[in-house]
Order: sequence, then C-alpha cells, then structure tokens
Amino acid sequence: MGEWPLIAGQIFNGFSVASLYVLAALGLALSFGLMRVINMAHGEMLMLGGYLAYLTLQVVPGPLGILAAMPVAFLGAAAVGAVLETTLIKRLSARPLDTLLATWGVSLILQQAARNIFGAIGVDVRAPQWLNHAYTVQSGLLEGLTIPATRLFILAVAFAVMGALSLLLARTRIGLLVRAVNQDRGMAAAAGINVRAVDLSVFCLGTGIAGLAGVVLALLGPVTPNVGQSYVVPAFLVVVLGGLGSLKGTAIASLIVGLFSALVQILVDVSLAQVLLLLFVIGFIQFRPQGVVAVRSRALDA
Amino acid sequence: MVMRGMYKPVGLAALLLAATSLSAPATAWAADTVKVGVLQSLTGTMAISEVTVKNAEILAIEEINASGGVLGKKIEPVVEDGASDPAIFAQKATKLVQDGGVVTVFGGWTSASRKAMLPVFQKLKSLLWYPVQFEGNECSPNIMYSGAQPNQQILPALTWAVEKGYKSYFLIGSDYVFPRTANLILKKHIDADKLKVAGEEYVPLGGTDFSAVIAKVQAAKPDIIFSTLNGDSNVSFFKQMAAAGLPSAKLPVMSFSIGEQEAVAMGPSLVEGSYAAWNYFQSLDGAANKKFVAAYQAKFGAGAAVTDPMVHGYVDVYAWKAAVEKAGSFDPEKVRAAAVALDYLDTAMGKVKFAANQSLVQTGYIGQLDPTGQFKIIWQSKGTIDPDPYDPLVFPGKKCPAS
Repeated sequence: MGEWPLIAGQIFNGFSVASLYVLAALGLALSFGLMRVINMAHGEMLMLGGYLAYLTLQVVPGPLGILAAMPVAFLGAAAVGAVLETTLIKRLSARPLDTLLATWGVSLILQQAARNIFGAIGVDVRAPQWLNHAYTVQSGLLEGLTIPATRLFILAVAFAVMGALSLLLARTRIGLLVRAVNQDRGMAAAAGINVRAVDLSVFCLGTGIAGLAGVVLALLGPVTPNVGQSYVVPAFLVVVLGGLGSLKGTAIASLIVGLFSALVQILVDVSLAQVLLLLFVIGFIQFRPQGVVAVRSRALDA
Repeated sequence: MVMRGMYKPVGLAALLLAATSLSAPATAWAADTVKVGVLQSLTGTMAISEVTVKNAEILAIEEINASGGVLGKKIEPVVEDGASDPAIFAQKATKLVQDGGVVTVFGGWTSASRKAMLPVFQKLKSLLWYPVQFEGNECSPNIMYSGAQPNQQILPALTWAVEKGYKSYFLIGSDYVFPRTANLILKKHIDADKLKVAGEEYVPLGGTDFSAVIAKVQAAKPDIIFSTLNGDSNVSFFKQMAAAGLPSAKLPVMSFSIGEQEAVAMGPSLVEGSYAAWNYFQSLDGAANKKFVAAYQAKFGAGAAVTDPMVHGYVDVYAWKAAVEKAGSFDPEKVRAAAVALDYLDTAMGKVKFAANQSLVQTGYIGQLDPTGQFKIIWQSKGTIDPDPYDPLVFPGKKCPAS
C-alpha cells in the first residue's frame, strides 16, 4: 500500500470529521445567528442524544434501533431545548454574557444529572451489524483504501440534515419568518411576526439537531457524562471560523477544519495537528475576522 | 465595532470551558487511633478509576480494624479528594501530613499527581504508598511504588509477543509522560530484539478522532498494536477500529490501561479478544484472591469489578501494617526501613514483597478479554520479577539513590 490510498483515505476522513463537526456545530450557529445566544449547554445536548440512543436501543434492540433512536433523540433534545429557552434564555435575552454563564451552569447540572442517573462510567452504544463493516478497494491505484460504512452513514446523515435545513430556511413559510427576524427583529415584530415563537422554534431546532448528532457520534465515540465537552470546543471553533451565525459558513468551515487536520496528520501526529489547526484558525481570523462567510444582519450589528 | 462585541462572549466561553472542579469533605473520629491519609480523585475525569481504589483501601483499613487494628490502635482513615488535578493532590497531601497529623498516605493515580506530591512527601519526611503501574525513571525514598515498573508490565508483554512470533509493532498512546516513556522503552527493546516498530502515534488525552491514526495503521500493516491509551479515548479507538474492519480478532491489541472495570464500562463485546498486561487479574486463582473479591463484592455489590490498581491499594495497606508491626513504630522513617526488610506477603495477587528500591517484587500476567469483561490468563512470567525503575537500555547507569 503506497502513498495514494493514504492520501485518498485522509481526504475521505477529512469529510468524515467535517460531517461530525457540522452536525455538532449547526445548532450553535442557528441559535447564535438568530438570537445571539451562545449556548454553553450545547455539548450536553449531544450527550443527551447519546443517552437517548442508549435508552432507545434498550427498547428497540436489533438492526433498526439506531434509526429509531434518531427521531427520539431529536425530539428529546428539542424538548429539553424548549424548557431551557422558556425558563432561562428568554428571560436573559438582552444580556449575552449572563446567558453564557447561565447556560454554563445548565451544562454542569446536566453533566451531573447524567452522572447520577447513568453513573460516571459511560454506557454502551454500538453500531448495528449492517454498519459494522468496511469497503476496501481491492485493486488499482487506491488498493487497500478502506471506507468504513459507519462513516459513510454519518456523512449521509450530515448531508440530509443540511439539505433539510436549507430547504426549510429557503422554501418554507417558517424559513421566511426566520429570515425576516434574522434580518431585522424590530421590523419583523412590527410586521406582525411572532418573534418569540420564531426564537423558540429555532432554538429547539438547534438543540434537536445536536441531539441527532449525539446519536451518530455515539457510533464512533464514547457515551459518558462529559462527552459533550469533547465536541463543543471544535464546534465553537467551526462556528467562529465559519462566520458567526452563518449556516453556509459553518458547513464550509467544518470542511476546512476536517480536511486541514486530516491532511496535516499524514505528516504529523494528532497533538501537533491540533496545534497547527489552532494556529491556522488564529491566522485566518486575523486576515478575515468576519469568518468564511460574512453575515449581514442587524441582529449582529447592535 | 461589530466583531469586538461578538468576540467578548466567545472569549468568556473559552474561559468557562477551561475552568474546573471543586473539593470534598473528610471524615473523622477520635479514641485511641492512628490517622492515615487516603488521597484519590473522587471527582473529575479520573474519578471513574480512583474511587474504586479508595474503596479498596478503606476496605483493607476496616478489615484491619475489625481484627484488632495496628499496634493496639484503630486506624482512622482521613479521606481527601485530589479532584483529578495534580496541584490539588499536592495541596491535599500537605494538608493531610502537616495539619491532619496522618502517619502515612495511600493514594495517587496519574504520574502527574505523583510528581506533584513527591516534593511534599520529601519535604515533610513522610511516606506515600502509590498503587498504579507507571513509567519508572523515578525513585524517591518517600514513596513506596507498589504498581508495576516498566520491566514488570510492559516488557513482559513484549516478551510474550515475541514468543508468539509477532514481528512488527505499532505503538499508540495518549500524549503524556507515561505513554511517551513506556514507548521509548519499548522501542529500544524492539530494536534490540531486531524486530520492527511499524509506527508510533499519540492522541491527546480524551481525544475522540482516530481516523488518521487508523489510516496509518492500515498503511503500516503491523502484526500487533501496543496501546497506552488512557480513559475514554479507548472507547473511540476500539469503535473506530471495528468500523474500519479491524476488530481485535483481525489485528490484536495489547492494552496497558484497560482492566476489568474499563472493559465493563466500554462494553465487553467491543474489546473482546484484546489483550492486557497486569500484575493482577480478577480471575486469578488462589484463596487470598477469592477472599478479597468476595469481601469487596459483599460491600460494593455482587457484580463489582476488581482491578490491578485496586488490589495494589489494598495490598499497600496490609504491607504498611506489617511494616509498622515489624518496626514497632508509626514513624515513617522506621516504617520504610521495615517495609523493605519484610518477607514475602501472601496477597490476592500472589506472593509479593518490597525490594530495597521500594518497588514491589511481583509477577507479570497477560490476559485475554472474554465476552463477560473478565480476562482469561494466557501467560505469566517465570516467577516474580524484580522491579527496575531505570531501564538499562534507556537510562544506562542510573540507579536509585537509596540502593
């Protein structure tokens, strides 16, 4: 096996890592773009998704459990998001720093709750048999290249979520309302749009996507009380790099981060790759502080 | 300016993410007692592993108290929380010895926690009993190292692998002092044996992405992987190996940080068939082990897993008792001298004794995980192995100051 399969494999891995990051970051970007809320408990929505997947697999074992877990985790995390929004974030809407502190507190509470309910050591969520195999190129230039089915599945989920989200925002009445509120909250309210309802539904949508992401992340990683913390930092990185609040930017930034770290890792180890990635992001932000995609919104100009 | 206002919250977010945890209370009672410290992480990321070591240490103390105590005194454990933070370990060690009046301390897990406590015990002329396998290259008169030295865990695993005919080795570890030193030693010995190091990769502690590492493994085609990964990263590693079509059945993995407890937590079917090297397995034969496992499970639940560091913590307390009785004193200086002069103790892990360099003479075992999370013992060293803190190939000429 020569250089080519390794490079091709790393390009695939870059897309795979990007798909994980985009799923983890979309919810953050959504709620920041519309409400300027940085939800520190976002990682715990991923964790919640993982645990809901575990519970679903207890009820629906067998090959289709993981598919059943996805709507369960989406709705469960969205419901928790609704509670969070109505009880806390709504009341702190004009105070972004306070929201940050309050949601951080929520994050600690949720982690401890998971620890008390499920124990400090993780629970076991496994990929079903139909995903637990890999496709290997048998001959030709790329002989030996291995594509795991699990990663293909996650890639497909990421594309489906992004596709559904952009259709929702571009083609539906709800999307129209969201875009209106995003462009000018005051005018939207004056035009009779129920801004509160739009805020609530977008926040729930964001946490719901995080819950969904938690299910697919559980296929490749652990489900523990502090698993959210492993993904929320890269998710923040992606959101900042992409341009705060831009969904397109989030997707592109995920791809940049994923491909950059995967390709750099051909030459250096994971630790050094992380250092280089951070340096790259810092450099990028120096020259283009608005991120990949600049968002023009009066919500962000205030 | 727009961006400035937006980055302030992002900066605070980063600060909050970096912030850490709290501490926990201690216990106390009076009468004709002698106080000992028990210092493990009861909170934070290491709590998973260390709480059970604390349980085993307390169990030993309770058993000794029930059978009359030490030199006519009941042992009073003072439990402190190291909170998975080396600085807090050092602080709590000072508190225990200086203000708490304990005669000795049982505790520590990570090498970072031990390195942070070492100057405290040296300065206060006290004694720490350290229960976990580690990287060697350290020899303090104020620490009793009961966990394996590299030549008692890592090198026996290499001996076994060479006997099995594995020629090409891939080394994977978490990025900190133990895996780096362990792999340094392994590389020297693999080279000396005229075998091949197919690759060496490190992932940050808690890392979840192994896609690139696995791609390099697939390119290098090793015969076996030697893994010094710690904590949750193991779950990601084994899941992603299985997803890439490389379960343990296809490409064997030898782990140095997966015990019975970790196997159960990860889901035994995920790691089934992989190997581990330790100085104790729950499945070991022997009356002393049966008795220990029964006592532990009676107190902490029928299914409770028992691991190597727990047994070392438990044995440490009994070794301290024996040394105190031999010395006829609780004075750390005298206890240390008596501890290295003790004869073999019959323990749950077999016959062990402390060598002059204050490390434990013990047997090395290799186990293979079965579907229930227990290890089938498939190899053991020829008799006990004398501990060697300084590997002769890596640290030639270095010797313990005491010996």
